[in-house]
Amino acid sequence: MNGAHDLGGMHGLGAIDAEENEPVFHHEWQRRVMALSLASGAMGKWNIDMGRHARENQSPEQYLRNSYYQTWLLGLEKMLVRTGLVTAAELASGKSAAALPEDLAARVLRPEHVAPALRRGGQYTMDDDVEAKFKLGDAVRVMNNHPSGHTRAPRYARGKCGVVERDHGVFVFADENAKGPGHQVPQHIYNVNFPARELWGPDAAPNDCVLIDLWDGHLEAI
Amino acid sequence: MSEGHDHNHLSDTELRVRSLESLLVDKGLVDPAALDALIQTYEEKVGPRNGARVVARAWAEADYKAWLLRDATAAIADMGYGGRQGEHMYVVENTPATHNLVVCTLCSCYPWPVLGLPPTWYKSAPYRSRAVIDPRGVLAEFGTEVGREVAIRVWDSTAELRYLVLPERPQGTEGMSQEDLAGLVTRNAMIGVEMVPSPKTRAAS
Repeated sequence: MNGAHDLGGMHGLGAIDAEENEPVFHHEWQRRVMALSLASGAMGKWNIDMGRHARENQSPEQYLRNSYYQTWLLGLEKMLVRTGLVTAAELASGKSAAALPEDLAARVLRPEHVAPALRRGGQYTMDDDVEAKFKLGDAVRVMNNHPSGHTRAPRYARGKCGVVERDHGVFVFADENAKGPGHQVPQHIYNVNFPARELWGPDAAPNDCVLIDLWDGHLEAI
Repeated sequence: MSEGHDHNHLSDTELRVRSLESLLVDKGLVDPAALDALIQTYEEKVGPRNGARVVARAWAEADYKAWLLRDATAAIADMGYGGRQGEHMYVVENTPATHNLVVCTLCSCYPWPVLGLPPTWYKSAPYRSRAVIDPRGVLAEFGTEVGREVAIRVWDSTAELRYLVLPERPQGTEGMSQEDLAGLVTRNAMIGVEMVPSPKTRAAS
């Protein structure tokens, strides 16, 4: 979606406010939102791309107004209701209307699972033997697509040309994965080098570049 | 977008979080002890000191550096770090001719096992919007001057690859132990917005 989360190249957002010796969290509620998000995510009812789309899918005005963990909170509430882990009525009241079914209760993240689960991480690669559409050194163009759903092809790169620098192997295609179960498409991810002048015009420094990880589904041969 | 200076609807947000936590605990969907363990992990155990140890070892051992640049995930796992948000690591080396800078323009992707949770500025709209179009202006704001002859490579973390900058080893560090070297390495240098200062410069500032 062409949302406010797709920030690369925007002007007018101001100076970078880097706080010296910043704490990991500023407020207790931020600690809770981080932990609630990770613990709820561990139930396995949604994948990382569904979660990302739930966060970015806000009006531009709201996205820019919300702080980072406010956006996490909104994304978590949406995913809990959408996947049926809680009902809209439960969310509104803050009161549980029914206990978790047994099969789901068995999946609840316990303290002794935390370190192994973090250590294991997520599974994003796929074992499928998919032929690479491109090889190192190939000139490619980012397709000028504007899907209304989730995409990991940033707007500032669409229609722009670059050169494949690396083939990272076969991963689940994020744009489809965000649609949920049944949408796991294996594709190669490439690291593509875009000269700064290709992206931003003649005022950019001649030797600078931006490197973007893109899937087969984002790229076309030139 | 600012987290540290966030007064927007703060009390509403706090109430919403309390209500949600109480619902999820009542329902048995989250275990409060697991929440504490998650918070403790990212507040106390996992942070940029991990990445600093990786960088110091790469500076001290040529073989390790070659491994790190070839297969960062395995080389970092050898130091005991890996997992969530660092499943697929890639290390990019700064040289006199090349300076690397890492951003996530679309959200906040960041290598958690080696750097911990990202600082607020990294997740903010100003950094995410400007790092790709004006990297030299961004660096200048951090007090980092990079000559026109140096090529800047900006890595936009759009997939599940996570990037760590291997900064240049400063002068005046010959013979230092890996532990002392790690003490010089800053989080910001591993994102690429700063250089690692020499011990002399550091003492003077």
